[in-house]
Amino acid sequence: MSSETDALLIIEPSPAWRTVDLGEVWRYRELLYFFVWRDVKVRYKQTVLGISWAIIQPLFAMIVFAFFFGRVAKLPSDGIPYPLFTYAGLLPWTFFANGLGTGSQSVLSNANLVTKVYFPRLLVPISAILTGIVDFALALLMLAPLLIWKHTMPAAESLFFVPLSIGIAFLFVFGLSTWLSAMVVRYRDIRHVVPFVIQIWMFATPIVYPLSFIPQKWRWAVSLNPMVPVVEAFRSSIFGRPVEVGGLLYALVVSLVLIVTGSIYFRRLERLFADVM
Amino acid sequence: MSEIAVRADNVSKLYRIGARRDPRTFRETLTDLMTFRRQQRNAEERDLWALRDISFEVKRGEAIGIIGQNGAGKSTMLKILSRITEPTSGRIELRGRVSSLLEVGTGFHPELTGRENIALNGAILGMTRAEIRQRFDEIVAFAEVERFIDTPVKYYSSGMYMRLAFAVAAHLEPEILVVDEVLAVGDAAFQSKCLRKMNDVASHGRTVLFVSHNMPAVKTLCHSAVWLMNGKVVDSGDSTSMVTRYLQHSSSRAGREDVVQLIAGLPPDPVFRLDAIRLLQRDNETTNVLNGEPLDIEIRFTVFSTTLGLHVYFQLLDLEEVVILESIHNGSVDQAPRVEAGQWIARARIPADFLAARPYQLLLRAGIADVRSLLREPIRLTFDVQQSGVVNRAFPGYQTPGRIAPLLEWQVTRSAE
Repeated sequence: MSSETDALLIIEPSPAWRTVDLGEVWRYRELLYFFVWRDVKVRYKQTVLGISWAIIQPLFAMIVFAFFFGRVAKLPSDGIPYPLFTYAGLLPWTFFANGLGTGSQSVLSNANLVTKVYFPRLLVPISAILTGIVDFALALLMLAPLLIWKHTMPAAESLFFVPLSIGIAFLFVFGLSTWLSAMVVRYRDIRHVVPFVIQIWMFATPIVYPLSFIPQKWRWAVSLNPMVPVVEAFRSSIFGRPVEVGGLLYALVVSLVLIVTGSIYFRRLERLFADVM
Repeated sequence: MSEIAVRADNVSKLYRIGARRDPRTFRETLTDLMTFRRQQRNAEERDLWALRDISFEVKRGEAIGIIGQNGAGKSTMLKILSRITEPTSGRIELRGRVSSLLEVGTGFHPELTGRENIALNGAILGMTRAEIRQRFDEIVAFAEVERFIDTPVKYYSSGMYMRLAFAVAAHLEPEILVVDEVLAVGDAAFQSKCLRKMNDVASHGRTVLFVSHNMPAVKTLCHSAVWLMNGKVVDSGDSTSMVTRYLQHSSSRAGREDVVQLIAGLPPDPVFRLDAIRLLQRDNETTNVLNGEPLDIEIRFTVFSTTLGLHVYFQLLDLEEVVILESIHNGSVDQAPRVEAGQWIARARIPADFLAARPYQLLLRAGIADVRSLLREPIRLTFDVQQSGVVNRAFPGYQTPGRIAPLLEWQVTRSAE
């Protein structure tokens, strides 16, 4: 306590353009922990089924997709049992989609805090996305019985790409959320666009179909979507297939660019949050 | 270590208001960009200086009150001090660990238990996990919620909820405390408990900046006060004299003309319209009330659709904002009152020989019970009362110290010895 006695806090107009004060974010890490803790607690408290929701959501999507796309439409799945194939694709996708949904709304949905107490505003989108990790981990556990059921075993050496691809998905959705969460405060109508975009985006990403299903000459265009290498790498590593590292690298670079530009934009707008909300 | 804990130097805050609606929609911005309408819009904008060149200093261990009417800039100042919004220009230096309280229970979540909310709220207010653990029992004891500590706060009564929320805030141990009138909550007993706690804080060498309407509280808690009006400092100095001057000033406002204007400018409501409020004596309008005669408070209002639970009511206050009485226009009806559509005149009579010879304020409010308030802010009317009723001629000029002076029935008889 005594070390902080002489703490000097200066309040003055900040420059219009500035980057993230990482030291400050670090000092507030306990609050970040509490935000995530709150969201996880509340999320599973409010529902009758509690934690099982995290599993039910992708599981039901899998069943529906397996029926319509696998059985009825007979989409190929690179020789992997179709339900497993979609489930493995849905895991990183659900993490990304939920992160984008809650992350982009996060500043607005925490308006009661943002207008009443100071903390680095970036904690809000970060915690919103981190909360999704818990759901992801639970859904990932569900993958084990599914693999056993279909007698498939992942190769141990390629499992390294599971955390890596999810890490990149996190960075990507964080980059997008810094842009969107700040933008939504200013332009409320974006809020209604996001769910719609997520829906379309899912079908533009090889989740219910393999990337090989896309004709060779269009594959480059589809692969501009950073979620393509993320989903592909995740799925390949689960099923022990070679991972294309170049695509992941591309997704990483796009994510970093989004994070840097997005957090500058976020910092520029955050000065207005309390005045506008 | 410096003697000055807080130094504000020419702090200003500009708001742009006007034709441009914030928040805008993305579509509007796009069309604006394409049609060059931006400049035209800027012309319609108006600048509003919420604060203009505010400077003051607070010494370490001093409690200072920031007072002023609504719209004077108090809450903007508070938001800047709490770093929720930034000043447009100027600079504030704060030396020491700062905590600010704009409301109690910030971030409380109804689904979480009392225990969980203490942890969460503590973290939001800037306590470390170790500090929260260490003060946990004290907080629970202060809030008197031991039995319900593992119950979600959505099942708490509003009193319990407020007590818990205040208890967390009260156990912050900052060196500089910036606080809004969070004291205006809870029942009287709890309010005085809060005030005692605040007094404790102030007398333990911590620096307190207290933004409030509660003049008695400012007088007791603060050594000095800064009086703001229209975003500027009117004066600052010893709190007792600042409060007295502020009250004198504000009682000269809120007279009849202001009220008429205020009523005319009320935003329209689909259910209710306040048409007029008048003080009548012998059926004539007056602002100089004689206490020897009954005083009628007449409220005219229009109800557009028949509404259950609609009520108009007023509070009578003295200039120190102490509520003397409250009265509801259909308060004597047994079941939930139903007000038919139409124009209404409601008159309440304050009997003769009841008010003291001193200034009073009338605060008019309207609402639909358990649904919503019909006036965003109460209508305030100030009036003076002159002595005209029964008075003991032997003591001319004697003024009762009482807030009211009802003529009580005395029975004076010789005791049979």
